[in-house]
Amino acid sequence: MKAPDDRITRRDFFGIAWKGLGILAALEALGFITAFIFSGRSKNNASPKQLLEAGPVDLFGLNTVTAFMGGRFYLARQQDGGFIALSLRCTHLGCAISWEDEKKRFICPCHSSAFDISGEVLNPPAPKALNYYPVLIENGVVKVDIGTLRERNVFRKDQLTYAQ
Amino acid sequence: MHSVFLHLHPLKVNASALRFNRTFGLGGMAALLIIIQILTGILLRFNYVASPAEAYNSIVYLKDQVLFGQFVRNIHHWSGVFLLIIAFLHFLRVFLTGAYRDARKINWLFGLFLLLLIVFSNFTGYLLPWDQLAYWAITVGTTIISYFPLVGESLRTLILGGREVSASTLQTFFTFHTAVLPFLLLVLMLYHFWRVRKAGGILLPESGSKSELLPVMPNLVFREFIVALVLVAVVFTFAALFNAPLLEKANPAYSMNPTKAPWYFAGVQELLMHFHPFFAAFIIPFGVVLFFIWIPFLKYDEPPNGHWFISEKGKQSARYSALFAIIVTLSGIMFNEYILNFEIIMPGLPALISNGILPFIILLLLMAGYYLFVLKRFRLSKAEVVQAVFVFIVVAFIVLTLTGIIFRGKDMELSWP
Repeated sequence: MKAPDDRITRRDFFGIAWKGLGILAALEALGFITAFIFSGRSKNNASPKQLLEAGPVDLFGLNTVTAFMGGRFYLARQQDGGFIALSLRCTHLGCAISWEDEKKRFICPCHSSAFDISGEVLNPPAPKALNYYPVLIENGVVKVDIGTLRERNVFRKDQLTYAQ
Repeated sequence: MHSVFLHLHPLKVNASALRFNRTFGLGGMAALLIIIQILTGILLRFNYVASPAEAYNSIVYLKDQVLFGQFVRNIHHWSGVFLLIIAFLHFLRVFLTGAYRDARKINWLFGLFLLLLIVFSNFTGYLLPWDQLAYWAITVGTTIISYFPLVGESLRTLILGGREVSASTLQTFFTFHTAVLPFLLLVLMLYHFWRVRKAGGILLPESGSKSELLPVMPNLVFREFIVALVLVAVVFTFAALFNAPLLEKANPAYSMNPTKAPWYFAGVQELLMHFHPFFAAFIIPFGVVLFFIWIPFLKYDEPPNGHWFISEKGKQSARYSALFAIIVTLSGIMFNEYILNFEIIMPGLPALISNGILPFIILLLLMAGYYLFVLKRFRLSKAEVVQAVFVFIVVAFIVLTLTGIIFRGKDMELSWP
């Protein structure tokens, strides 16, 4: 009820105060819930450097692809000797691609996207080249950092790693 | 208990509201199926373990070792399938009899939200068996999200709890499926029913509102009971005859061929075969949902009359829209699949233009042409135009979904089932 001179009555004041406190409490609860959920989940995302030893350089012939299903990547050695570790996830909808050796291409069973040995798109609908993991070559041994997934739009030469 | 159930009803009900083909009892069926889902879901939870190592084995144990285990799982599966179909039919019925406007517009929005919750319930439940079907359907389904502009990638990471479907995805989906969503569904469902009562019961045609009032008990309650018995019998029969699918245990290194999203997303997946993901996964679905949200707030010339398809003109234009939708969708799919692929004939252009903007503009031009040359000749009222667009969208969606489910075979190529 309004006082005759339009000032806020005590009852109005407490009405507003209760509403304000209610909104404040709701926001607090929301923040509390968000903080709770996110702090528990962020730990799962942190992925430290994880080196997986693939084998000596000479094990992998030129223009060949070797599957490492445990690490979920294909180690592809290009015609010029460069290495790239391609994620087996198609960039369209995330299905696992497979290597067709006679046609020298990766094929996705979901929407028949195709990629060449460097991960470049041969056939849409895949919009981007395959993601890849950094490759290191130490003392003639090929190692793949499966903790770091790199995204790219197209293939470039500097994504390859060469033996010294 | 008896009187609790009766309190959900008014005391008396209009005689013409009792006719089965007024509502087909769809809202009540959906409510019953939600109750069945909650009851069988509780039973399943006594056996289920939500971890990638154990989930699959716990389902195998359930179906092979637990007495009635397979049967309870089948009921939960089939009643989930029916729930989605019946909620969708309910949505069609409410729109096509005009019960989405005026006093009912807020309830229309709550209905849309309930439909969304039912889709989420199905989607989160899809992952839980942790077999190949579950793993890859959820992988494909959540990757669609990553094509939302700006927030897509982080939203997907948030939902999955990482970059891939993993243990934390399973934990999250399990919590949503068995706690958050059923709670929301139950509360909002009761609110949804209450608002129907508040709007004066279901919408009736003019002539019907003058007919006599009958006591709810036994006239309505007994009818509801019969519908419930028949529905339970149908669900149990399905559960007895057809087993819920269970493939081999999930293998993140190997995709099945073909890999399909859950069946109710087969339409979106079919769109993804023809449009750039930005259009197929974002512009088109969100445009459609915004349209559904928007329609009760348009200014109409006259109040809804409660008749199916509004009028004879409305009926005929709806028929034309359905036919037009079938022709456009089917010929579009065939044309794009066999004759003309914009992305391949125009390799110089970015895919967003050749495979997105260009076909989208062609689609809009076709719809505009249909409006100008066909619909205009009917001299439709605004409500009838909205209805014609609605029918086009729904029929196109159904055609896309059926194509995705039935006619996509190996390598997702068109083929006979």
